[in-house]
Amino acid sequence: MSARLRWRKFVSGFMLTMTGVCALISVSVLFFILGYLVYHGGTSISWNFFTKLPAPVGETGGGMANAIVGSGKLLLLATLFGVPIGFFGAIYLAEFSGGTTAFIVRYAADLLNGVPSIVIGIFAYALAVLPFKHFSTLAGGFALGLMMIPITLRSTEEFLRSVPKALREAAMALGASKWKTITSVIVPAAYRGILTAILLAFARVAGETAPLLFTAFGNRFWSNGWNQPTASLPAMIYTYAIAPYDDWHRQAWAAGLVLLGLILIINIVARAILSRGIAVPRA
Amino acid sequence: MATTTTTVPSAGPVAGSRSFLSRLRDGDEIARMITFLFAASVVLVTVLLVLELWQGSVLARHKFGFNFFRTSVWDPIFDQFGALPFIYGTLVTAGVSLVIAVPLGIGAAIFLAELAPARVSDALEFFIDLLAAVPSVIYGLLGVFIVVPLMRDYLQPALKKTLGFLPLFQGPAYGVGFLTAGIVLAIMVIPYIISVSREVLLSVPRDQREAALSLGSTRWEATWKVVVPFARGGIMGSIFLALARALGETMAVTMVIGNNPIVSASLFSPGYSIAAVIANELTEATSNLHYQSLIELGLVLFILTFVLNGLARLLIVATSQRGAGMGNA
Repeated sequence: MSARLRWRKFVSGFMLTMTGVCALISVSVLFFILGYLVYHGGTSISWNFFTKLPAPVGETGGGMANAIVGSGKLLLLATLFGVPIGFFGAIYLAEFSGGTTAFIVRYAADLLNGVPSIVIGIFAYALAVLPFKHFSTLAGGFALGLMMIPITLRSTEEFLRSVPKALREAAMALGASKWKTITSVIVPAAYRGILTAILLAFARVAGETAPLLFTAFGNRFWSNGWNQPTASLPAMIYTYAIAPYDDWHRQAWAAGLVLLGLILIINIVARAILSRGIAVPRA
Repeated sequence: MATTTTTVPSAGPVAGSRSFLSRLRDGDEIARMITFLFAASVVLVTVLLVLELWQGSVLARHKFGFNFFRTSVWDPIFDQFGALPFIYGTLVTAGVSLVIAVPLGIGAAIFLAELAPARVSDALEFFIDLLAAVPSVIYGLLGVFIVVPLMRDYLQPALKKTLGFLPLFQGPAYGVGFLTAGIVLAIMVIPYIISVSREVLLSVPRDQREAALSLGSTRWEATWKVVVPFARGGIMGSIFLALARALGETMAVTMVIGNNPIVSASLFSPGYSIAAVIANELTEATSNLHYQSLIELGLVLFILTFVLNGLARLLIVATSQRGAGMGNA
């Protein structure tokens, strides 16, 4: 083997090893994050965290019950607002529209998907907070719902399209109307994919903080109804992490662990649903 | 698409209104209209968003014009608003993050696409996807309590000792600042670079690799001189996506950048970013002009990410199609 060839082989082996190192570093970040959260969050989490209100400033103890309920309410609103628009919009795109209209809708959705969450926050603030002159749970749900629309829309459309043509034709050959075909054949065939899309959209907005700062704002007490500001887990993590109290830092870790655990579990469940096989193989 | 061939034939050659009615009876036309309303609302919301940013910033745009981007006085009391420090901070932190994330991300993508067996690659991609799902406030939390102390006590003193002659690495080590924000951003955008680059690399036709190998190139040469150049466009696309994401990132940056509106050559210096100033000041804007200046910053952010995302999508689609086209040939 000539020296040159040996050198080339050495370079090849070295660089390929380096790519492996890069992959290892990137993936290990996830375990690093998880490890730290479990370590710090696990020691701070307690029953009180789930059942008590935040303690007054200066006192230790207390929990984040209001933030957990607040996050639940915000996500419920977001789902009620974002999923129908995304889902029915996707049916229109996949089944009814052609050409220009579809292009415009897709373009708008992609644009909306790329908008930084802080800009979504500005929009929701201008539209749902300023006119009413107070922060509210509704405005927060609106902001999060906006972010769910494009994710739900685009993935649902993709899964609807992946339903084989033969199924549609079979239904129509039996005399079913188009709408009947959609509701009784196409959507059931694609439901795993659609469910995955919705779950992933849900998980994505569950951790969003920036749009909530201007809309749901925050609250150290129980929120008095949908029209009032509410606490939420991500916003609480932010407030508590940058505050100067050690006890708040502990609670921020606990909240981080709960939030990340929730999001990762939803992600894993969503992928598991999908990988158990789309009911229909891609044609 | 098979959407145009669905008219019920029993309506026959009768006038158009009749066939419209018969379709209406089946509910198709109603369904079409209702789903259209939902689809149209997506467009409506997007248009409203752009309008709001444009009209909401009209005062600030007229008052300051181009000086908005050139001056660095941000003074709500005297109603003077110059955005240079925020734009500078946003660009610098995003730049730092790319310097770190691009080599790491592309290296990892090459490993996943070219070297790792399919099963290992899929498993690692699963973890990368999970990493992409971690919310930014969690990165901020880890940034505040882990990265900032590490930077202050170890990395920044070490950098100062070794590279301190560069203006980039001078000044006191606060922990918070451009460099810290850039590092946290890098960790956040790496999953995006990896996922997209891996997809693009996987779409490179097999015979490209085989041709290079059969000509006697080593595995690395085949990868670096043939496969990667073939996928260059798509990889650029993944970098643009990552950049768009880094520019618009709010929470993690706000928590570790130091929130101090200055333009400084030192990466150790605390700074500020567009997203961070919006997050901190929007609800407390003291005057209409202050509020509108913040919206104009939002507009800037919107335009930047809009252009980058568009470019990225074009590049990625073009590269994947090129791969698919040649694969079939």
